[in-house]
Amino acid sequence: MSIWAFALIAVLFAVGSYLLMERSLTRVALGVGVIGNGVNVLIIASGSDAGEAPIIGREGVLADPLPQALVLTAIVIGFALLTFLMTLAWRNWTITGNDEVEDDVEDRMITRRAEQTEKLGDVPHPEDVQT
Amino acid sequence: MSSLVALPILIPLVAAALMLVVRNLFAQRAISFAALLSSLATATAVLVDVWNTGDIAVSRLGGWPGSFAITLVSDGLSSVLVVVALVVTATVLLFAVGQQTPDEHSPYYHPVYMALVAGISQAFLAGDLFNLFVAFEVLLMASYVLLTLEGNREQIRSGTTYVVLNIIESVVLVMAVGLIFAATGTVSFAELPERIAALPDGVRMGLHLLLLIAFGIKAAVFPLFSWLPDSYPTAPSSASAVFAGLLTKVGVYCLIRVQTLLFPGELSNLVMVVGVSTMAIGVLGAISQHDMKRILSFHIISQIGYMVFGLGIGGAVAIAATIFYLIHHIPVKTSLFLVEGIIERNTGSSSLDDVSGLARKSPLLAVLFLIPAMSLAGFPPLSGFLAKFALVRGGLSAEQYIGVGVAIVVSLLTLVSMVKIWVGAFWGEVAPSSLNNSGGVLRQHRSMASATAILVGFTLVIAVAAGPLYEFATRASDQLLDIERYISAVRSAS
Repeated sequence: MSIWAFALIAVLFAVGSYLLMERSLTRVALGVGVIGNGVNVLIIASGSDAGEAPIIGREGVLADPLPQALVLTAIVIGFALLTFLMTLAWRNWTITGNDEVEDDVEDRMITRRAEQTEKLGDVPHPEDVQT
Repeated sequence: MSSLVALPILIPLVAAALMLVVRNLFAQRAISFAALLSSLATATAVLVDVWNTGDIAVSRLGGWPGSFAITLVSDGLSSVLVVVALVVTATVLLFAVGQQTPDEHSPYYHPVYMALVAGISQAFLAGDLFNLFVAFEVLLMASYVLLTLEGNREQIRSGTTYVVLNIIESVVLVMAVGLIFAATGTVSFAELPERIAALPDGVRMGLHLLLLIAFGIKAAVFPLFSWLPDSYPTAPSSASAVFAGLLTKVGVYCLIRVQTLLFPGELSNLVMVVGVSTMAIGVLGAISQHDMKRILSFHIISQIGYMVFGLGIGGAVAIAATIFYLIHHIPVKTSLFLVEGIIERNTGSSSLDDVSGLARKSPLLAVLFLIPAMSLAGFPPLSGFLAKFALVRGGLSAEQYIGVGVAIVVSLLTLVSMVKIWVGAFWGEVAPSSLNNSGGVLRQHRSMASATAILVGFTLVIAVAAGPLYEFATRASDQLLDIERYISAVRSAS
């Protein structure tokens, strides 16, 4: 694997992971695209050096065709996933008016309940006092 | 016999393609059932053959020689899981049809459901890593669509988390496949064991960890489970029943393959610790919840912990117990979600605050809930007790006392949270909100109830036929541990 392919993979993974951690869905979608391409380059680079082609009858070294076939499949799958994710982002935008990933409502309720108990300490819960 | 192996994948795929053209709802239902039942027939034929002869059925699609063909392998574990998966998907489809909800009436529901079935069968039968990755993508894509079919706010919110996390899982998996190919020059399960064993220790451990992380996210084990209780409860009941019963178990199946075939016996302590913490944390999460679907979702995680624990112990006894646990768990978990689906359809809520007094209103529904719930907690005559007993025996024979202790405490806590649902939803006065009708609950939802009853009956069959089934699980686990046999079966296939 050449050092430049390696550097490219590293950059794509770094950028992709950063974008994936954002709250905005558009950036998450972009991150998925970037990191997916990072993986594709990784597989291609694992099969052969740059510039070689898997064509019989060509002069010189042949590249292994299997990784290239794998990457073709992976690209198609990645494309479908990205499309679906963007559809979700669009739907989210039409419903809520923004494209942020929201918190889980139940989770928030349980956290709030835990905070209340902690704050109150030994003092009985207000609901218990009423009943 | 080996020519039949591919049919449980091909029939649903053809049916899915056909239903994109045939838009009539009744025709679609007929096609779906015909496809599922015929797949079930072929899968059962393969299972009977594998059971009787003890052979491994191998099919090479396209008839290409060597590692060029797409190989499908049906050994004991794969063949029994395909049959269980098809039984469960067929009954859930019956449930979904009876549910009369808008999502089942969508012209895309049935094709997508068939794609999901094809993906699950393919994942169980795949004979190489890349084919496994493609199977995962097929079933995940179908699950994304089923999860967000109604497109309401809650589904979009949880669907987004689910989709993004599973995309990350796919990225890790495809990266692992790429690196394994770079290191060994093959992706075939039959060639990998020898070549992986020849790799340097560090490389081997890195590749192993990548695969464990990828399948660990899918199986929802301890540090990687948080997506599950968030997304499953918002799906329509029929979809979440299939997801709960089958999708995480596909991850467990892949973990079994990784631990027995690709990296036999390596990192088993790590797997065991992960398994023990998964069961403990899952059940604690379940106790703190107040919504039936969420309690049941956390139980999936806890139960996955048992299977991963058995896998971590290793050895023929524990792996046989894991296989038996897997077979028992799929129908039990699915039927609990189906009962919950009936309750939600009838009362309009799955929160324990809104539902009560169901035992008085519908004693039969209470029985349908009680059998799988007690089985999940591990009550003596039921299949869950036998599965847990086998696992505890495996743990004791390997002298894993801490893990066994945790497993027993966790099954008590499972009982506590099942009692919580029982007290909240079934006992007490009939809540005003559940008074929206006068007749019996089950009479109104006949096909939903009969689907649930079929599945509960299936769990009872597992309990009654536990002897032969456990013997089969033992043989399947011997097959798993005998790697040479797998390799020679694939090599000698024509």
